[in-house]
Amino acid sequence: MAVNDTLEGTHKIIQEAKEQQQHSGLVPTLNDFSQELTTLNLGPTHPATHGIFQNILQMDGERIISGVPTIGYIHRAFEKIAERRPFYQITPLTDRMNYCSSPINNMGWHMTVEKLLGVTVPKRAQYMRVIAMELARITDHLICNSILGVDTGAFTGFLYVFQEREKVYEIYEEICGARLTTNMGRVGGMERDFSDVAIQKLRDWLKTFPAVMKEFESMFNRNRIFMDRVVNVGPITAERALNYGFTGPNLRAAGVDYDVRVMNPYSSYEDFDFEIPVGTKGDTYDRFMVRNEEIWQSLRIINQALENLPEGPFHADAPHYYLPPKQAVYKNMEALIYHFKIIMGEIEAPVGEVYHSVEGGNGELGFYLISDGGRTPYRLHFRRPCFIYYQAYPEMVVGSSLSDAIVTLSSMNVIAGELDA
Amino acid sequence: MAENTPESAAAPQEAAAPQDPQAAKNAQLLALLHRLFGADAFTDVEEPYGLLTVTTTRERIHDIMAGLQQDQELQLNFLTTMCGIHYPENEGKELGMIYHVHSLVNNLRLRLKIFFPIADPVVPTLTDLYATANWMEREAYDFYGIIFTGHPNLIRILNVEDMDYHPMRKEYALEDGTREDKTDLFFGR
Repeated sequence: MAVNDTLEGTHKIIQEAKEQQQHSGLVPTLNDFSQELTTLNLGPTHPATHGIFQNILQMDGERIISGVPTIGYIHRAFEKIAERRPFYQITPLTDRMNYCSSPINNMGWHMTVEKLLGVTVPKRAQYMRVIAMELARITDHLICNSILGVDTGAFTGFLYVFQEREKVYEIYEEICGARLTTNMGRVGGMERDFSDVAIQKLRDWLKTFPAVMKEFESMFNRNRIFMDRVVNVGPITAERALNYGFTGPNLRAAGVDYDVRVMNPYSSYEDFDFEIPVGTKGDTYDRFMVRNEEIWQSLRIINQALENLPEGPFHADAPHYYLPPKQAVYKNMEALIYHFKIIMGEIEAPVGEVYHSVEGGNGELGFYLISDGGRTPYRLHFRRPCFIYYQAYPEMVVGSSLSDAIVTLSSMNVIAGELDA
Repeated sequence: MAENTPESAAAPQEAAAPQDPQAAKNAQLLALLHRLFGADAFTDVEEPYGLLTVTTTRERIHDIMAGLQQDQELQLNFLTTMCGIHYPENEGKELGMIYHVHSLVNNLRLRLKIFFPIADPVVPTLTDLYATANWMEREAYDFYGIIFTGHPNLIRILNVEDMDYHPMRKEYALEDGTREDKTDLFFGR
């Protein structure tokens, strides 16, 4: 049955089913009861949806006939707020979109502003950014995949890798002092250089993590119970995925090797040697496997970046835009003045419009910024990958059972904060 | 708006035009666009930060998007994003829609814009071409009150349904405009 995007559509189905029952004119038999449809509200806050999504599903027994997703439960008007904020104060807004991989959002935003201002970032800072972004991608995928395990009934895998995410957060803490909503970047580079402790922690983690990841994979990849639950569940073809605007692992699972890091390299990604894993069927198992493989590729990138970390400054020589490190503000009058001017939003941006996109945890995360020469953006639009592809969800789950729908949702890695913004 | 791109950004681009691969690509793309849709279809051709930007009219936008999607040479068949915009001072062209399309085969990006009066905010829908346009158009309707003719389900998406205004329009201040204890001196415009 075709997907009905409209509420009217679902109501029509119920109406038709009811009419069918009336026209039959018989005393209801067991067979008639099987024709009766159920409206099921999955969410807004259902423990298995990992966020605030409401799906109004029409069920025929255990089978889903149609679904209508309603979103907006944590809408915080970020685009409107951004029109009143100087550029640095928009960084915390980007943090709170995809909170599983906030460094990627931060860096993407800073790179957009750098493009607008014409600031060139030194090589060392670019490599440091790559390390931070790939760490974020790993944690994002780890959470997604291990939660998928939980949804199929395997809690152990989740506990194994959650510990590893904790260790990555300790590395973040060493880099910038924050764990979840990191503000480690600055327009023009990084806030501070990697400390020796941070590098040591990173090296230690790079040594121990592959063993854990292997264990995690051996627990799931060829597991009969797991495969029964995810193979051929929630598939989407490459053509439909492109039409729906899919990007990131969800698109690559359908067989399209589109990756922003390769097609439009930013922050020195062209220096690194890595592969783009692709799937074939676009089902839940493919999405799981693509994310797993991407974790290995991210580890490759981090290893290369750490080996070849260039010497030199960790920020651009752009005092008008680069927020000085706190230590400099305490000691240096000039730094204090610039700190004040930047924080108070007295630095005006040039007129222009810029679109910049990075490969976020879920796909192409784009920032479209229009500046009219003021202290704040005239218009800022976030291209949130989750918002764009979540509308395909009903089409992917129609005809499957409710438990399959749960698994599909968690394998798509829809983050509520990014969905609503 | 982008027509007054500052000298600092525009000058090096123009000087390096023959060598710059991006500028050459854009010139090629523009020539193709003119051949496909006629030279009169596009006005305000710009290249802010290397991305070809053209303005067209709402009467032609649907045909152009369909043509771009079907054209085998360009293959501009990935709708990256679309969003509304409001320029209150631009009389007769207060509201606008901005489309970003991307060719995953040729790695070409194109930005299209249309502007129309706020008194008549009606635009043809793209949902028949792109499934992804559905929610983006609902978002533009929710934020700016742009009405997409032919959209299957044009209702609010992020805000509450009983809201009676479109909050991203510039006349709605972020904070309560009647308050006197807050000053705009340092923040915003």
